[in-house]
Amino acid sequence: MSLQIAVLALQGAFIEHEQMFRSCGAECFELRQKTDLRRHFDALVLPGGESTAQSKLLRELDMFDELAARIRAGMPVFATCAGIILLAEKIADSEVHHFGGLPITVKRNAYGRQLSSFWAEEYFSGVGVVSMPFIRAPQIESAAPAVEILAFYGGYPVAVRYGNMLAMTFHPEITGDKRIHQWFTNNICTGNL
Amino acid sequence: MILTEQQKLNRNLAAMLKGGVIMDVTTPEQAVIAEQAGACAVMALERIPADIRAAGGVSRMSDPAMIKTIQDAVTIPVMAKCRIGHFAEAQILQALEIDYIDESEVLSPADDTYHIDKNAFQVPFVCGARDLGEALRRIAEGASMIRTKGEPGTGDVVQAVRHMRKMNSEIRRICSMTENELYETAKQLGVSFELLWEVHKNGKLPVVNFAAGGVASPADAALMMQLGADGVFVGSGIFKSGDPVKRAAAIVKAVTNYNDAAMLAEVSSGLGEAMVGINADEIKLIMEERGQ
Repeated sequence: MSLQIAVLALQGAFIEHEQMFRSCGAECFELRQKTDLRRHFDALVLPGGESTAQSKLLRELDMFDELAARIRAGMPVFATCAGIILLAEKIADSEVHHFGGLPITVKRNAYGRQLSSFWAEEYFSGVGVVSMPFIRAPQIESAAPAVEILAFYGGYPVAVRYGNMLAMTFHPEITGDKRIHQWFTNNICTGNL
Repeated sequence: MILTEQQKLNRNLAAMLKGGVIMDVTTPEQAVIAEQAGACAVMALERIPADIRAAGGVSRMSDPAMIKTIQDAVTIPVMAKCRIGHFAEAQILQALEIDYIDESEVLSPADDTYHIDKNAFQVPFVCGARDLGEALRRIAEGASMIRTKGEPGTGDVVQAVRHMRKMNSEIRRICSMTENELYETAKQLGVSFELLWEVHKNGKLPVVNFAAGGVASPADAALMMQLGADGVFVGSGIFKSGDPVKRAAAIVKAVTNYNDAAMLAEVSSGLGEAMVGINADEIKLIMEERGQ
């Protein structure tokens, strides 16, 4: 049976992730409410969007605790942009805390407003040089030593792996290049690493 | 259309807003209420459309000082409106580093012939459209997001429904056309063959399309989402209602779970009074006809 990937679909660019993972041979379905969590899934996607909107809906729709428990139990997670904010242990200048579990500190909107959004090309460990669109992106200010850093931009980590979590501050789902998604399904979802 | 990097980023920022609700706010306090209710962005303006309608007179871009207080109050994207064709207002908004400019028919048009050349700006634009031709003309000028015009400030959703249905039916028609029919249609719509070809090939607009104008309840929002909107703008509907906090949160939930009638019933319950509303055919000032 092919890999079943659940994509958090409360708000944001979740369809783009579904298209990417389907092109990698996985099956995807959307998590929009608590009853969707009854279906079996092997991995979870936390997409880009607005983290305040997503986290509010996670709690209001009573999905937060169950997803937090699965993440803590080691379910593979693929997180981009807003998703990395949901996973971070600490958010700079804020007392707010979401799922946690990823021992990094992130700063929201670290590069500024939309005018400061940009594209970069950098080396992504295990994948090669990839396009990186940063859209009102957060920044990883610090990471615990156990966190493996897979890519840097401007001296800061922009992609990290910690256990079964793969998290990045940019948006590989909108580049048309599925190598990072494929790397996740080939390595993290299968426990090859 | 060959896009610059900034144009791609601008279209992609709009993609991050999908499945979300963008709320009109007039004060920092309202902006915080909107953010806490789960809005994915706010539109900063001095008067919401219902009040613009009531006040009459010329309606202009908001005071930059007021826009700044809202930018400082929230972390979600902040949008602001400029008048149709008023590129100087747009330059001012870009200087404020606004996240999105709405070249909006809600304000008094400044130019009755030309829209703003949005390709000349770095900052992204959203524009209103009633049909496919308007949408593609705005996209050609550089808009990276489209919304239905609806009829703002009425609380009457009929125009938004009409615009969304018309757009969808035109897109279906374009999809079934042969190449020479596309050339003829491009001529009729006043759009480039290239843009029309993109719609023909992909079966959708090349940018996201939100519903706007007259959305007042969770049911209105769900209706627009089921008709194919990527997300929803709510203008007067929230802060003109009896219980803005509750209504804002309810509309956010309705947009996420627009297909689940049981949940819609739950979130629609006990919201207090909706904005009073006026029927779109009872009003004298028809904003949707501004800027074509």
